[in-house]
Amino acid sequence: MTEHSEHIASAKLYWFIWLVLIVGTIITALVARVDLGTYHGIDANTVVALFIATCKATVVVLIFMGVKYTHEKMTKPILIGAIFWLLLLLVLSLTDYSTRYAG
Amino acid sequence: MATAVISTERKNYINAEYGIRSWLLTTDHKRIALLYLLSITFFFFIGGFFALLIRLELLTPAGDLMTADMYNKAFTMHGQIMVFFFLIPSIPAVLGNFLIPMMIGAKDLAFPRINLLSWYIYVAAGALYIYCLATGGVDTGWTFYTPYSSLFSNTRVVEAGLSIFIVGFSSILTGLNFVVTVHRMRAPGMTWSRLPLFVWSHYATSIIMLLGTPVIAITLVLVVLERTLNLGIFDPSRGGDPVLFQHLFWFYSHPAVYIMILPSMAVMSEIIPCFSRKRIFGYTFVAMSSIAIAAIGFLVWAHHMFVAGISLYSALVFSFLSFLVAVPSAVKVFNWTATMYKGSVSFSTPMLYAMGFIGLFTIGGLTGLFLATLGVDVHVHDTYFVIAHFHYVMVGGAVMGYLGGMHFWWPKISGRMYPEGWGRLAALIVFIGFNLTFFPQFLVGYLGMPRRYWQYPPEYQVYNVLSTAGASILAVGYLLPMVYLLWSLRYGKPAPDNPWQATGLEWRTASPPPTFNFDETPEVTWEAYEYDTMPLPDEVTLER
Amino acid sequence: MSDRAGIGETPLAVEHEDRPELRHHFADVEQQRNAATLGMWWFLGTEIMFFGGMFCAYLVYRRWYFPEFAAASRSLSLPIGTFNTTVLICSSLTVAMSVRAAQLGNRKLQVRMLLLTLLFGLAFLGIKTKEWGDKYKEHHIPTFAFNAHDLIEDNQHLFGLDKLQGDPVKLREREAEIQQHSKIFFSLYFALTGMHAIHMIVGVGIFVVVTWMAYKGRFTPEYHTPLEIAGLYWHFVDIVWIYLFPLLYLIDRKPIS
Repeated sequence: MTEHSEHIASAKLYWFIWLVLIVGTIITALVARVDLGTYHGIDANTVVALFIATCKATVVVLIFMGVKYTHEKMTKPILIGAIFWLLLLLVLSLTDYSTRYAG
Repeated sequence: MATAVISTERKNYINAEYGIRSWLLTTDHKRIALLYLLSITFFFFIGGFFALLIRLELLTPAGDLMTADMYNKAFTMHGQIMVFFFLIPSIPAVLGNFLIPMMIGAKDLAFPRINLLSWYIYVAAGALYIYCLATGGVDTGWTFYTPYSSLFSNTRVVEAGLSIFIVGFSSILTGLNFVVTVHRMRAPGMTWSRLPLFVWSHYATSIIMLLGTPVIAITLVLVVLERTLNLGIFDPSRGGDPVLFQHLFWFYSHPAVYIMILPSMAVMSEIIPCFSRKRIFGYTFVAMSSIAIAAIGFLVWAHHMFVAGISLYSALVFSFLSFLVAVPSAVKVFNWTATMYKGSVSFSTPMLYAMGFIGLFTIGGLTGLFLATLGVDVHVHDTYFVIAHFHYVMVGGAVMGYLGGMHFWWPKISGRMYPEGWGRLAALIVFIGFNLTFFPQFLVGYLGMPRRYWQYPPEYQVYNVLSTAGASILAVGYLLPMVYLLWSLRYGKPAPDNPWQATGLEWRTASPPPTFNFDETPEVTWEAYEYDTMPLPDEVTLER
Repeated sequence: MSDRAGIGETPLAVEHEDRPELRHHFADVEQQRNAATLGMWWFLGTEIMFFGGMFCAYLVYRRWYFPEFAAASRSLSLPIGTFNTTVLICSSLTVAMSVRAAQLGNRKLQVRMLLLTLLFGLAFLGIKTKEWGDKYKEHHIPTFAFNAHDLIEDNQHLFGLDKLQGDPVKLREREAEIQQHSKIFFSLYFALTGMHAIHMIVGVGIFVVVTWMAYKGRFTPEYHTPLEIAGLYWHFVDIVWIYLFPLLYLIDRKPIS
């Protein structure tokens, strides 16, 4: 007997998420063609593009992959852990690359 | 009296089914563990053969036994085989596979078929590496540094790289199996705080396997692509950065050393309480230190690159983090020692290996701190000091743990007792041989002898001769167990369920265990390591 | 940290004859499903690190060679890239719908959604193949007569080549550099999209099997674990592309003044 009954999302919710993803994609493509400027050496276009990508990924994970509704306690730690680990690789490597050729 | 045949009164995992197909298509974690035992022992011999070549060449200062190119191949393949085909799988794939389900009260791992698949992946990778060896070998150093490996070497870099890429998946699948098993397959009452520390340590090892191995996998893919398609991503003359390869390589390969040592520490945490007849000191600290080693171990990789061209600032960061990673290891050593203090210590073979481990691992670990110190490292990087350091931790540490564990659980695995006298003798020979081999290497490295050189100035010869002499003694120490363990299969005394009167669920089932491990799922109502409630082991068992 | 789902309560059982999909070492279907999904999530974690290694290489070289990366990125077709992204998004929708259909016990809908998923997946691969074909024609595939000459021609100002016109030696050096650095971009582009495509092909293979299983009625509201974990894998491959799209195609699409 299943202790936890699976949560079944509504078809409407899935269609809504699909729309969000499509619109997000189109916005990303369109905004890329507009110069949003550079602030403190950071290119705003890149930040916006990656931000939208992260929003899209988040809704895929939460809704399509069911993480919002799962009873499984380990899912979020695994996901966040793996992403954090990747960031460790990227950030610690950058401590080298961003401080070479100083001066 | 020793009987010639294992008692057939009871069905166990060995006599449950006969025939080669029942072994090659098994999903029983215990049989898979034995399949791994055979394969890693096979590769241990090949890796050992290359070590023999190296030590023979280094007996004399001149490069007179082989060409420099041949020597490059010898140390490369010694390293790659020992690291990827012996050490990394050894304890997890043999002892971990065999014991973890039993230790948690389960019938098998979570994914038995994936377990078998992981062995076949190992074998396929091994076959490819043998092919590489047979068709000319590889000479890049075990570290595959670019641009030599990606552009200039004329050896079988692609085959070696692909082979290690493939064996990485064996590692990943093993880790996956262990993690899910520990989360999902524990018997009723087996809470996380009652788990044997062997399981905690293997859990931490598995996390490293899962998060680290994919990075070396993709890195080797990039090297193979660079080599076959002449890309230039690691070629400095075409805008590539060879140091990028090193970052990616060491991001895995440093945590890999913790994959090699944590399982050995796992074994220590089982042997030491048993032969001190005492609860482990500081269970929670030891468990958490395994997790800490796994986590912090990922933050230190560039300490292999201090003189490679990374920025001084990042070198400072990595040096500091490398000092931090020593702390949880020290916690373990302290706790094991405190466990022995005022315990009732007996010098059985496993305990001799354990005590050897504590001393040798401490020396290896401390010399790691010397290497983490930037100023010292500039002087000793790429010398025999480094070689001595990592052999102290990997051989004096990991291999001693492996041998200790094999002896400790041999009665459970085979249903036979090994001859205790020979066991202790071999342990002593290994300890003496090991120190004679590698301690002189600290000295000669500090005096400036570079690694990976096949000839050297004559003033270094006496150290090299001592080292080679030690290696021959060490070889005897390794061969002895192979002989008497095999001997015991036929002539050893049949083992009782719990010859050591150890705690742990694996000792509450028959030796050898039945296929499904337990006749009834255990219900755990006691804490781990309750040695105060256990009787002492039979005097006869210990004094055989 | 004691998770109840991991603790089986039944004594060691013989084969579960009434539940053939339940493997003997699990106590019940719930435990088996939990183990399978946990395993798949861990596997996806390893995949994050696998692609992550390439992201690291990309990050390093994008910082070093931004003008070349920008120019090379602009040579990719934005319309095709955007469209392909939407194709993959549609496939994620149909995957989610097929899992939902299984939860509701609707076999016909399961199969229809799975077939659509396969269609979208193959469409993505087909469009990718066309893109790569275009790259081949433009000599942008490393090893296959690679030549970034067109990037040099189209980006004279961006690369500062117009200022070097008076110094032919420096000009040639800079042009050689641009060739090398563009090649690095395209090496990473093909490594990343190639690895992604391999994952898609494997995914299509898995889904062919899963579609067959659904067609045979093997999935019920109580048991559809293979479909579920295949779905997780597919969504992950989609998410990788969601990041590849801006990182590869949108490095710098600002109109060049």
